[in-house]
Parts: sequence; C-alpha cells; structure tokens
Amino acid sequence: MTVRFEFRDVRVDGDDGPIVKGFFAVVPAEGLTAIVGPSGAGKTTLLRLLNRLDDPDEGVVLFEGRDVRDYDVLELRRRVQSVGQVPVTFPGTVRDNVGADTPALLERVGLNPALASREADRLSVGEAQRMALARSLALRPDVLALDEPTSALDTSSKGGIERLIRELADSGLTVVMVTHDPRQAELADQVVEVRPLPRPEPGIDDR
Amino acid sequence: MIAIGAVTAGGAPLSGPISFGDVALSLVLVAVAVVVSRWQRVGLEKDMAVATFRSFAQLVAVGYILDYIFKGHGALTIVAVAVMVGTASLTSAGRARRVPGSKLVAAAAISVATAGTLGVLAALRIVPVSARAIIPLGSMIITAAMNTTSLVMTRLHDDLAASRREVEARLSLAQSSRQAALPWLRASLRSGMIPTIDQTKVVGLVALPGAMTGMILAGASPILAIRLQLVVMYMLLGGNAFAALIAGQLTVRRLFTPSHQLIKSLRRTPG
Repeated sequence: MTVRFEFRDVRVDGDDGPIVKGFFAVVPAEGLTAIVGPSGAGKTTLLRLLNRLDDPDEGVVLFEGRDVRDYDVLELRRRVQSVGQVPVTFPGTVRDNVGADTPALLERVGLNPALASREADRLSVGEAQRMALARSLALRPDVLALDEPTSALDTSSKGGIERLIRELADSGLTVVMVTHDPRQAELADQVVEVRPLPRPEPGIDDR
Repeated sequence: MIAIGAVTAGGAPLSGPISFGDVALSLVLVAVAVVVSRWQRVGLEKDMAVATFRSFAQLVAVGYILDYIFKGHGALTIVAVAVMVGTASLTSAGRARRVPGSKLVAAAAISVATAGTLGVLAALRIVPVSARAIIPLGSMIITAAMNTTSLVMTRLHDDLAASRREVEARLSLAQSSRQAALPWLRASLRSGMIPTIDQTKVVGLVALPGAMTGMILAGASPILAIRLQLVVMYMLLGGNAFAALIAGQLTVRRLFTPSHQLIKSLRRTPG
C-alpha cells in the first residue's frame, strides 16, 4: 500500500480550545477514503490541513512522506484539489469557470458539454457541484479532497454524484471524502473515524 | 503659479477682521442648538458643550501655531504635517482595528499619498514650497486620504470575511492570495475612490467647497478662487488614488498569511 497522507499527532485549536487533538491516521494512495464522525468532531478541519487552508498547531501532516509545509503551497494545492460542501461558482460562464478543456471535462463529470456557454450561476446545485469537480480536475490533481460533497443536494442528484466520486476513485485519483452519513461511508475503500473531543459545554463550536 | 493669500477684488468681502467678541456673539447659534436639544429631549447638550469647547481650544491653538510657523519658522512645516499624518493614521487605524497592523497600513497610505501629491504640486511649481501653501493643502489631502484609507481597509476586511467561502475556493484552485483577493480588492478601491470622483463631478453645482469659499470670503475674485479650487480637487483625486492603492495592497497582505491562507480571524471555524 502506498501512503498518500499521514496525520501524526495532529492538534488544531479553535477559538474555544482544540478542535482535534492527538490525531493519527493514514490515507492510502489508492481508492476512496471516507473521513467519518459526528458533526463538530473536526472532520472538515482535518480536510483543510491537506491543502493547507489551515495548518496544525501541533504535529505534522505528511504528503508522500514529506511535511505538507515543505511543499510550495500553490503546487501542493494544484495537486491536492478540494471541493467544498456548497459549490462555489465564479462570475461568467461554465467555460470561464472550468477553462480550456471544458467540453471534455464536463463529459467526464457527467454534464452535457453544451452547458459550457451557460452562465455558471444558472446551474442547479447538482450541476454546479459537478462543474466544481470539473474545474478541479482541469488542474490534473493527484488528490481530490471532498467535504460532504452531497450535503447540499437533493436525493436524486446525490446518487449520481456518489457514482461519479466512485468512478473518479477507480480512475486512479486518491479521493478523500468527509461525510457524516454512514451509508455514504460504505462507498469507501477505507474509513477513518474521527471521535469528538470531550467538551465542557456541548454545542460551543456550533457556528 | 497660484498666488496664495494675496489679492483683493470687487464685491463686498467681510467688513474687517473677526474679533473674539464676534466669535462670542456667534455662540448665540450654539445656544439655539442647545435649546432645541433640551426642548426635543435629544440629550446632546453635553456633546455640544464638549464640541464647542474643543473646537475653540483646538482652533485657537492651531491659529497661534500656524501664525508662529508662518512668521519665519517655516522649517516647522514638516513637523506640522507629520503631526497631522500621525493623527490621521491613528484615527483611520482605529476604524479598521480588525485589520492586523492597521496603524502601519494607514501610516504608509496616508504619508505616501500626502508626500506624493504635495511633491507633484511642488515639482510642477503649481504651488510655492512655503508653509502657507503646504500646511493647508496638506491638511486637505491628509483628511481625504484618511477617509479613503479607512474605507478601503474596512471594506476589504469585511468583504473578504463575508466571501471567505469563495476566497478559499479560489485559493484551493492554486490561486495566490493576491489573485484570490482581486475581485474584492477592486471593489474596495472603487468604494474608496468614488466619493471624491462624485464630489469632483458636482463641485460648484451642489456645494461651493471650502478653499473657494474661503478665498471669496477673504475678498478674492471668484475667478482666482476657482483656479485654486480646481487644483485642490485634482490634487484630492490624485491623493485619494494613491491612498486607496497603497491601503488596498497593504491590507491584502495583512489579511493573508505568507502561505496564501486567510488569517485565522477570517477563517471559518468548521465542525
């Protein structure tokens, strides 16, 4: 098994104490890895360490054996693409968002290539989420880091995105997906569980 | 070159110097304001008293200081301008307290805007390099640059905070912090520069601005007064552009880490 990421004794502090603490885990290079746990356990926080939107306050995150902080951050982010819960569309058309290879990329994520000339903010949420994936794939990443990629979608578009994620993982990309849905975790080849830290007051980080 | 503080012309200027007695008489109008405040129970009497007293003390002091500087102590001009820049920087920084290092950002923006604009005016020999020209013109630039700087800093901070999802989506696509912030940087520069542009557009139609009114009250011909006013407006346009540009660039730097991350206070605290 080739290791893509390793979390070593990671602690990340929030405003009211640590969000995650003493966290160890390994993400293999092959297939789909699900990060599961109840909301508030720090799953999103861990995902944000992979492309350095956040840095740990203690411990290290290794990418292919090297501390993520040793990479040029922009090159790291090109290789480790992250897509958020709610798709973000930039002003302009789908083509403006995705770039040169738009038709082929749209096809790859299961969208009609004719959508290339559509204004991006007129896509449905499901279409926008697929477009966001296409925009990430345009950078030819090695890793896709997905944060609850179906949480903003209705049931009918959920299944389609899940199949797409599975396909992308099978095509050789490392896919890391945060989910709180145990059923969705069953899609994964391996599961990393995040346990919530005991808190003095429940719900203090719900914001 | 515009002759500053010369000239008399036709019409009926003020019939002589205003005495401190005249100033005391004008307190009648403050009394009116106090009566209104009492009567309508607005509760601003104390504020008015403080404002009246402060304005009196500040302006009397400034009057004597300027008089001293103008009478053969021109070297102090630089000190006067520096004090004004310092005060303006602290005021502006106080408005944008959530921007880390806001004092340095404001000081850089306001001092470069002031030095640059005054430098151009002096180099092109549009105004003389004398205390009588530099101090009042400087104060106008500094005031305008202060407002612009506050506006740009707060707008950029608040916009990036409100749009952090989109900003982080851009960063995630391997854009540098500068690229990622660009749409909001542009918006903040616009918001910093538009008020001056609009003011310049309507000058004379809506308001007779300060420099011009001052010269006319002092007895100068309106034709001379407008020339000074035009220079002042163009100077403010330039000064504000300088201030907005520098404040914007430096604020962006302060709101991201060197690793192209939003600073901690702007990141969401996720679950």
